[in-house]
Amino acid sequence: MIPAPFAYARPTTVEEALQAIADGGEDVKVLAGGQSLIPVMRLRLAAPETVVDLTRVEGLRGVREEGDQLVVGAMTTHADVLTDPLLARYGQLVVQATETVADRQVRRRGTFGGALAHADPAGDLPAVALALDAEFVIAGSGGRRTVAAADFFVDYLTTVLEEGELLVEIRLPKLGEDWGVRYEKFNRVAQAWSIVAVAAAVRREGGRIAEARIGLTNMGPTPLRASATEAALVGVDVSMETVTAAAAQAAEGTSPSNDLNAQADYRQHLAQVLTRRAVAAAAGL
Amino acid sequence: MTQINVRVDGASYQDDVEPRTLLVHYLREQLGKVGTVVGCDTSNCGACTVHLDGHAVKSCTVLAVQADGCQVTTIEGVATGEGPTATLHPVQRAFHEMHGLQCGFCTPGMIMASIDLLEENPDPSDEEVREGIEGNLCRCTGYQNIVRAVRQAAAEMSGTAADDPKAEPAAVDTAAAEHVAVQA
Amino acid sequence: MTAVEDPAAPVDAPAKEVGQARRRKEDARLITGRTTWTDNMVLPGMLHLAVLRSPVAHGRITHLDVSAAKERGGVVAVYTGRDLAEEQGSLPCAWPVTPDMVNPGHPSIAVDQVNHVGEAVAIVVARSRTAAADALEAIDVDYEPLPVVLDMEQAVQDGSPLVHDSTSSNTSYHFVFDAGEAGTGADTDGAFADAEVTVSRRFVQQRLIPAFMEPRSVVVQPSGDSYTMWSATQIPHILRVMAAMVTGIPEHKLRVIAPDVGGGFGGKLQVNPEEILCLLIARRLGKPVKWTETRSESLMTAHHGRDQVQFIDIAADRDGTVRGLRVRLLADMGAYLRLITPGVPALGAFMFPGIYKFPAYRFECDGVFTNKVPTDAYRGAGRPEATFAIERIMDELAVELDMDPLELRRKNWIGAEEFPFTTVAGLEYDSGDYHQATEQALQLIGYDELRAEQRRRRESGDPVQLGIGFSTFTEMCGLAPSRVLGSLAFGAGGWEQASIRMLPTGKVEVVTGSTPHGQGHETAWSQIVADQLGVPFEDVEVLHGDTAISSRGLDTYGSRSLVVGGTAVVKAAEKVVQKARVIAAHLLEASEDDLEFTGGKFTVRGTPGAGVGIQEVALAIFAAHDYPEGIEPSIDAEATFDPENFSFPHGTHICAMEVDTETGFVKIRKYACVDDVGTIVNPLIVEGQVHGGLAQGIAQALYEEAIYDADGNLTTGSFVDYLVPAASDLPHFDTGNTVHAATSNPLGAKGVGEAGCIASTPAVVNAALDAVRHLGVSDIRMPLTPERVWRAVHQGGDGGDRAAAGSNAQGASAAEAAAASTDPSSNGSHL
Repeated sequence: MIPAPFAYARPTTVEEALQAIADGGEDVKVLAGGQSLIPVMRLRLAAPETVVDLTRVEGLRGVREEGDQLVVGAMTTHADVLTDPLLARYGQLVVQATETVADRQVRRRGTFGGALAHADPAGDLPAVALALDAEFVIAGSGGRRTVAAADFFVDYLTTVLEEGELLVEIRLPKLGEDWGVRYEKFNRVAQAWSIVAVAAAVRREGGRIAEARIGLTNMGPTPLRASATEAALVGVDVSMETVTAAAAQAAEGTSPSNDLNAQADYRQHLAQVLTRRAVAAAAGL
Repeated sequence: MTQINVRVDGASYQDDVEPRTLLVHYLREQLGKVGTVVGCDTSNCGACTVHLDGHAVKSCTVLAVQADGCQVTTIEGVATGEGPTATLHPVQRAFHEMHGLQCGFCTPGMIMASIDLLEENPDPSDEEVREGIEGNLCRCTGYQNIVRAVRQAAAEMSGTAADDPKAEPAAVDTAAAEHVAVQA
Repeated sequence: MTAVEDPAAPVDAPAKEVGQARRRKEDARLITGRTTWTDNMVLPGMLHLAVLRSPVAHGRITHLDVSAAKERGGVVAVYTGRDLAEEQGSLPCAWPVTPDMVNPGHPSIAVDQVNHVGEAVAIVVARSRTAAADALEAIDVDYEPLPVVLDMEQAVQDGSPLVHDSTSSNTSYHFVFDAGEAGTGADTDGAFADAEVTVSRRFVQQRLIPAFMEPRSVVVQPSGDSYTMWSATQIPHILRVMAAMVTGIPEHKLRVIAPDVGGGFGGKLQVNPEEILCLLIARRLGKPVKWTETRSESLMTAHHGRDQVQFIDIAADRDGTVRGLRVRLLADMGAYLRLITPGVPALGAFMFPGIYKFPAYRFECDGVFTNKVPTDAYRGAGRPEATFAIERIMDELAVELDMDPLELRRKNWIGAEEFPFTTVAGLEYDSGDYHQATEQALQLIGYDELRAEQRRRRESGDPVQLGIGFSTFTEMCGLAPSRVLGSLAFGAGGWEQASIRMLPTGKVEVVTGSTPHGQGHETAWSQIVADQLGVPFEDVEVLHGDTAISSRGLDTYGSRSLVVGGTAVVKAAEKVVQKARVIAAHLLEASEDDLEFTGGKFTVRGTPGAGVGIQEVALAIFAAHDYPEGIEPSIDAEATFDPENFSFPHGTHICAMEVDTETGFVKIRKYACVDDVGTIVNPLIVEGQVHGGLAQGIAQALYEEAIYDADGNLTTGSFVDYLVPAASDLPHFDTGNTVHAATSNPLGAKGVGEAGCIASTPAVVNAALDAVRHLGVSDIRMPLTPERVWRAVHQGGDGGDRAAAGSNAQGASAAEAAAASTDPSSNGSHL
């Protein structure tokens, strides 16, 4: 299949990009790595009037340190993420999840920001960003604003990004050596999207869990936090018993879909099992 | 129409393309590089894999305009030399030696993905090869001889393989290979 | 264990090619991208076709307006079914399995009514692929929906809506084989009435999609009143005959070429609607045309495979001796009968008894119409279904009898000393040793250690349980003895043709009627000819796939190429030698009777030094200056081989499976198989065929399923949802062979193309069940999705139906999908 025709803009600065989006007409799509957008356009499930290609926009690619945060440019590719020394040190949860995204060719082109802005609940990175309370820096005609992950994901394939806005960078907390992480993904074949996945980060103090952050992939129209489990884990001794008990609450408040790969009750069951496994691994059990 | 300048398999091209033209269609239909093929429309099968500025990508999921100013290497450009005397890339040779292909439709993409994998990981295990080519579907081989081929190429490229390229596929191999060797 | 050595062979004889792991001649072009796929073809003035496809499964076309599409830029013509109704005829069905089989006919493009999603409704012809695709969006169609028939068990009920108004029911045919009536066995009902133990099961053979990697593609070039068609087909010869009959183009005015073809697996054993449409349109326009499908089109409209509901009963004595087998099938035909749609289950009819000595057997099958794409051949075609049913029910019987499943099999299988053995289905099995293959397979997989580990995991209550499953199978290959096909009402014979041309320089051209699409015929045929003629392997060129070069042939399917086509090559080579012998005798001034032919050379017995090579004879007869009177100056020869019997590969496949009882995830831990495919011409190719077959058989067990939603949309319409396994999803295979030569051909080859696919599926399912049977599970529907396994373990039953909605992955919102519904080629529903 061949995409329907569209006008093409290739800005080199964020300002040019915003202008191109503003000038692009009714239906503008922003092309980051294109690994989700181009297939959808080929199938003509999307037929935008204008495509604004961010590939040449300067300053959107790469990872830098700012105080206790890592700043990941929206156009940083998955392959970049996997080889970045800062992420290797402070962002292992992102790295682990990124390793499971699609395949090596797709990871060459696909971008961190593109995957988040696409907001596919079956995508692996939104739940990670949510679990880490990432901050999303959004550029618009009126300047920049920063949105918390909890507010960024609005609905199925829908984010807080308004027409004419652009996600430019994502700020992640640096996780120090007292944190353990695990991305536990469950799918049927290598190429399949997650049926359910769990992103867990656990901070230990001595033999106890001081803090737990748990993001759920594909357990509703947006990524979700397993808040009840997180709360139940705070202050408990690190043991399989405590982790299992807390993980039993992982599906609370979720509303997963029914599709080919799984029906909702099974997804809720999986969320509990995978949360137990992810937290146990993150806690060093 | 948008003008693009690309270098493909060592030759430079300047062409006008519609922005919606996929890189693979540009390669096949405008440059006649029909060695690269299209196997699906959802970026799953990997048959269209080429190298874009040295890295494997799926050319059905890249617009030709995005390749502007880039170097593209296709399956037609990985051997050195021309015609019957060309020297095959070690990965090409290993696919032949290890019977890593049957119908051959996935083979160009499979070889391009494998070369990319070996550049990153020159000595992959069986499992690492299997994961490394997970973006490429093959319907004929069951993958086992592809895994064998990639590992044989890795050994050859790092100089640990037997000098004789006709040597039996033993170095990196398994019970099944012995079985083949016994029969031969 | 597999070497075929002849200790008596003289030491100075040239090494035999047959048996060597020759690297393939085909590879050179395939690994360098110098391949001639049909879609690579570009012809001057070539026009491109795009097909508008029905988005509804069953409906009347009430309005169809193509006028706006005709005005689009670059559009040369737009055709509807109405435009082509008078000339399109019906796609052929070559296998009327019963005299009263109902065939409603199969238009290449719908005229008034559509009967499955994806059926062609209109065709745009444009100067580019892009222009054609764009113009599809300008076609306006309305459908009056009709009730959709999807479920076979409902479709055969009285009062069910009909797929075709012209028929009185949705049943196309009722096919029966009764061993008692055929005189090949005892009365089946009697056997069941007297049985000490009976076990009955209902198994579901889910619908699969062949999913060859190269999408189908057709190019037709008209030249005067002649036509050349290039097609990505397995069957250029059959296609030529059928296309001529359908279109009225005289057969001698139609040349069909299958260039490099990227896999088929039965999926390209078809006369496709688009092949006919390309011919019709090329004839109308007098211009070359091309159609290449997208993957979405391929999954939606190329024929599917399997799709049976199997009711199977087995009767036995308490000691495990089997007494009778009764099979009743519902086989989903889909909306139409394509080339061998009705025959696929009939091919399986004779294989349900497997390797076991059943005294009584009865088989019944109803072919049922539904509003889905037609089914037809897919790797194994009828035999995987049969093998699955028998190998699954043997395990169920073992459970019922509290016997070891292998012990039950041993008790009932045909002994090595009993070959040739005539089965209850009337087939004469040629050769084999089931015990030997089984013992080797047990060793290969490390059986005792796996059983020990299984016990440990059970005792410790490990959440990951281990199971071991068997499949001790046979199949019928080498399709086929023409008389047998005739007795089954098949529309053609099963012979194969070869010819050998001895060129003046001594090089050899071998023309085969068996058209490869990945199997390696060029290599294997070269090995055969090198041995037969004593010429170097490199001196042999194998030609195929072009009806102007290879005028007679019946193509590649049913593991027939080597067994039938390879034998034709042997027969042709024997004729070449015979003809050359006369000339050699003349040149050597010796009596023919005194000539010996070894290593490519005729020598005179008792006269050392006197001799002439067959390649020299070729030059001599080209010059034709000096040859005996009364013969023609040629040593070229051709041969047609019609086998007298099928061949019967067999083997033992063992799968060790881990089942995560917490999640239902299944993972193959080890897989070992020992196959007997008769004499092996090229062990590398044989091993490759086994590997590929295993991958597809395992994929049926674990991954693949074509699913339609309640409206008849194919939910698994892309590789996002139709799960073809990647390298990381499949295990390492440990393979081995035993060799018992086939008795029906001089090569001794039995056929290997389908073995892995036929054998593996039940081994995998039996293994998963063995892992969780102690938890109360007795069946799990294929594919063994984690959800099904989990439900079976924790909720009982067989895991049940899957939800029919597509995965939400890849980000097509419902709104976007609806907006795209004007583009039926993408059909909206699959993302």
